[in-house]
Parts: sequence; C-alpha cells; structure tokens
Amino acid sequence: MSQQSLTTTPASPSGAGGGGALPRGSRFGAERAFRILATAAGSTVLVIIVAIAAFLIAKAIPSLRADSENFLTFKDWFANESPPTFGIAALAFGTVVTSALALIMAVPVALGIALCLTHYAHRRVASTLGFFIDLLAAVPSVVFGLWGRDYFRGPVSDLSTFLHDNFGWIPIFGSKGPYGASILLGSIVLAIMVLPIVTSLSREVFLQTPKHNEEAALALGATRWEMIRTAVLPYGKPGIIAAVMLGLGRALGETIALALTLGAVYNVSFDLLGISGNTIAANIALKFAEANPTGRSALIASGLVLFAITLVVNVTARAIVYRRREFLGGAA
Amino acid sequence: MAKRIEAVNVSAYYGAFRAIDNISMTIEPKSVTALIGPSGCGKSTFLRSINRMHEVLPGAKVEGQLLIDGQNIYDRDIDVTAVRRTIGMVFQRPNPFPTMSIYDNVVAGLRLNGVRKKSLLDAACEKALRGANLWNEVKDRLNRPGAGLSGGQQQRLCIARAIAVEPQVVLMDEPCSALDPISTLAIEDLIAELKNEYTIVIVTHNMQQAARVSDRTGFFSIDKTGEPGRLIEYDDTAKIFTNPSVKRTEDYITGRFG
Ligand SMILES: Nc1ncnc2c1ncn2[C@@H]1O[C@H](COP(=O)(O)OP(=O)(O)O)[C@@H](O)[C@H]1O
Ligand SMILES: [Mg+2]
Repeated sequence: MSQQSLTTTPASPSGAGGGGALPRGSRFGAERAFRILATAAGSTVLVIIVAIAAFLIAKAIPSLRADSENFLTFKDWFANESPPTFGIAALAFGTVVTSALALIMAVPVALGIALCLTHYAHRRVASTLGFFIDLLAAVPSVVFGLWGRDYFRGPVSDLSTFLHDNFGWIPIFGSKGPYGASILLGSIVLAIMVLPIVTSLSREVFLQTPKHNEEAALALGATRWEMIRTAVLPYGKPGIIAAVMLGLGRALGETIALALTLGAVYNVSFDLLGISGNTIAANIALKFAEANPTGRSALIASGLVLFAITLVVNVTARAIVYRRREFLGGAA
Repeated sequence: MAKRIEAVNVSAYYGAFRAIDNISMTIEPKSVTALIGPSGCGKSTFLRSINRMHEVLPGAKVEGQLLIDGQNIYDRDIDVTAVRRTIGMVFQRPNPFPTMSIYDNVVAGLRLNGVRKKSLLDAACEKALRGANLWNEVKDRLNRPGAGLSGGQQQRLCIARAIAVEPQVVLMDEPCSALDPISTLAIEDLIAELKNEYTIVIVTHNMQQAARVSDRTGFFSIDKTGEPGRLIEYDDTAKIFTNPSVKRTEDYITGRFG
C-alpha cells in the first residue's frame, strides 16, 4: 500500500531523496479517509438522482396505464377526465422551442456583454454594468412573468404586427393575429431571465483566459476582436458551453413566468406570433391545484419527461466538451 | 527583409511610474543585439515598446520616437497591427495557443492576415517549422495539440509562429529562461541562423548567452528600486565583455553588482 502510494504521489518530500528512512504511516491514512469521503459524496449525488427518477417513475405509472391515448404523441391534456386522455407531445415541443428560442436570443447578447465587460469597457463602467446584470439575476421569476403579461405584451404585439407585415411570408411569422400570449412573448421574457446567468458565467470564463495567450495573439498583429477570436473564445469554449447549458437548464425548468406569458394552448406549431404555446413546467403549475389523483400522476409523468430532456441536454454538452479535451489542457 | 531600429529618447511608464528613461540606441539590421542588466531595470519594458506591446497594459504609455527604417512607429496614423506584424515577438514563457494544433499555431498569424489557401498555409507552416529547427520533430504530428510538446519544443513552436508571418524584426524576451540547457542550446543555434534574415533583439540575464549569441550588447541598469532604468553602455559584444568603457558595466559583468 505505502509502496504504491509513494509512486503515485511524486510531490511527497520523501520521494525527493535526502538521507534516512522513508517515513511511513499516518499520511496515507488521511489520504485514504479523504478518498472514501470524496467517493461517498460523489455516490450520494448519484443515489439522489436515481432516487428521484425512481420516485417519478413509480408515481407516473398508474396514470400512464390509465391513459387511453398515446402519451408520447397525443397533444391535449385531459388527465382528470374518465377515461383520462393526455399526451406530452405539445408540452415537450413547447418546452424545447421556447427554451431554444430564448437561448438563440440571449446567448449572443450575453456573450457580447460579457466580452464587453472583460475586454472592452473601462474597468469602472464594467463593474457598474456587471452589478446591474447580477441584480437582474436576483429578480424573482414571478416578477418577470407579471411584467411580461401586464406590460410587455403590448410592445410584443406591436412587434408581432411589424414582423407579420414585413416578414409574413416566413411561416413562423404567418399568424394574422390576434397577438398577445405567444411563443414570442414567452421566449423573449425567458431570454431576459437567462441573460444574466449566461452573462455572468461567461464573464468569469473570459476572465480566465491566460494573459500570455492574449498577448501572443496581439503580438502577431491581431486586432482586439481577432485576439478574442484567436485566444479568448476557443479557450473559453468549454466554459461557454457550460454557461449556456446552465442557462438552458434554467429555461427548461422555468415555470411561473411561462405560465403567465404563454397562451397555454396544447398545439404543435412553429407559429411564433399567435396565441399559443405551453411547456411542461408551466402546465404542471397551471394544472396541479385542480388535478385529481390520476391528474397528478399524469403531471408527474410529464415531469419525468422534463427530467429526461434535461439529462439528454447535459449529456450532450458533456460529450461536446469531452471530445475536444486534449486541446483544452487545463481548461476543460 | 531586416530593418534598422532607432530608439530616440524612449521613456515608458506604468501609470505614473517611469520604468525606463530616455533610452536612445540604434540596432543594425541582420544582427543580434542582446539587452542585459539586473532584473527590474526595464529590459522587457524597452523590448515591448519596440513593437508597441507595452501599451497593451492598462495605464502604460511610451514617450519618444522609435524609428523602423526611419518611420516612427508611434506616429498617430500608424497601424499598430501592421507594426506588430512587422516586428514579431517571442515571450519568456512559451505560450502556444492551448486550443490549437501545432499546425494551427504556426499559421495563426497568416490566418489573421487573411491567408486561407491550404497550399500556401502548408508551405508557410513547413518553412517556419524548418526555420525554427522543429520540422523533423513534429512533421508527423502537425495536428496534435501544440501544448503537448516539451517546453523547448513549445518555445521553438512560438518562434515558428513568430517567423511564419515573415517579420522584419524578432524580439525575444528571455526566451530560454524556462528551458533546460539542451533546449537552450537549440534555441541559441537557431538565433545564429535567424540572424541571416532577421534583425534580432534578445533580452537575457544570462551573460554567457549574451556573449555567445549577440553582435552588440546593451547594458541597462537602475540606480535603486523605484528609479527608472537607463541604458548604461551599448557597444560591440566583444568590447562589452572584455573591455567595457563604463565602470558599472564592468562591475556587472564581473559579478560585483547585480
Ligand atoms: N505590468 C507592470 N505594472 C507596473 N509596473 C511594472 C509592470 N511590469 C514591470 N513593471 C516595473 O517596471 C520596471 C521594469 O520592469 P521590466 O521591464 O520587467 O524589467 P526587466 O525585464 O529588466 O526585469 C520594474 O520596476 C517593474 O517593477
Ligand atoms: Mg523581464
């Protein structure tokens, strides 16, 4: 045991030579205790995840048995009826579409702000702006939801009219109205909500770029933007992916803001402007209070699907980061 | 190819602190000039003011004139990026881009200049790596990460990256200080070859190295910490190391000071 540990801990001062016998004993005991502790902590996380999955599955099965439609392809949600008919199709679609749209809008802006804060703005301006961004992250989501529903719907309706009048030939802007509680409204509100998370995480990521790599790019004659493209963005890529994934996690799970701003319509449509849209989490919030036992079980089944979507997203992100690992050295 | 560098009363500041004071010296084309002196005397600062890298740090500024073949690079209408493309730089710590392959590292500067054609990039990559005496060691693994090379190889990779854009001048700031003796020798041999094409300025605090590689040597010093660094003596390397005309230079090279 101690032989083994000596070869695996080159930092050990005894390895560096010097006279006398090699010390034995307690150091390795402490190391072993720490290893056990770390393993235990790691496995606890796994156990909790498995337990949650098992709980969801057990609670979901009764309603899935009772469902007289195909749960995966049916769009509507009549889980309290008898016989209950409900399906995840529209909700899963709405969840993915609103989150994706929110990220498409938020990520470029967030990265732009983060780069501005780290590489362009004067230090004092940057810290003030950073403070306000962090403040935005602290606003509760119900506030965003109410603001979106009561104040932001008007402007978004005007925007919808504009988009339809000018780009109506694109199917996603095809709706003639009425406008209001639409996927557009929901995903813009969602974008504003994920913006601060993605911004402050990617700001941290960009600050980590080694100065000597930035200087290497500048010394080759790069402009500031070229330096960012050569040194900062590639180095930060795993971190940016992680930041986007955390934003996506927030977007996928967002409940109340979307319950307040989407149309709560069970449809599968890429029409962004008309009254439309619903998500798994928003549907749970809207339906839970009035649900009977089968209804609750059905909502839990939908929660299981959300869990699965989040898992797939995270595994994909890991895979992307992992594939490039040898080029990322300490960064990954 | 190579160009003459003329510093005229160059002073450089970090905020209000003046790090070097009134440096004037002329550096001949296709020669190796070594800058020596105790640490903190402003060698790096002066070197970085030759390609306008000094001003990259917040609050840093340069006064005076720096003429490259008669053209003042601190003139208002000068394009900084063009200056830096003309005057390449190799840093103290090898700093290849960690996310890039060996190949991409070498051609990074060319790509920044808008070269896209594969055949041109391939040719330039091979030429630069040969020029940096690295080709034989890496030709079979050009698409492996540059950060996977040994320290000495990484530094030669950085030299290849710097010469791939065919600069006129190559500045080196203690390029061997993080390397083992064998890698150091490899770099010194390389410097002797590069001198045929480029004007080279090298900062070193290894006096044997200065004596081995350079044609002319500038000795910098400071009176005490907090004072700006000054150029004490600048002459042929042989003269500086055998028969310096200033007492302080002699004290330094004989080890009585610094
Ligand atoms: N980034 C910096 N900010 C403030 N002062 C600096 C900075 N870099 C160097 N200095 C100061 O400038 C002086 C010259 O430094 P430098 O040019 O690095 O010396 P050398 O390369 O000869 O060791 C030193 O007093 C040093 O403390
Ligand atoms: Mg230095």
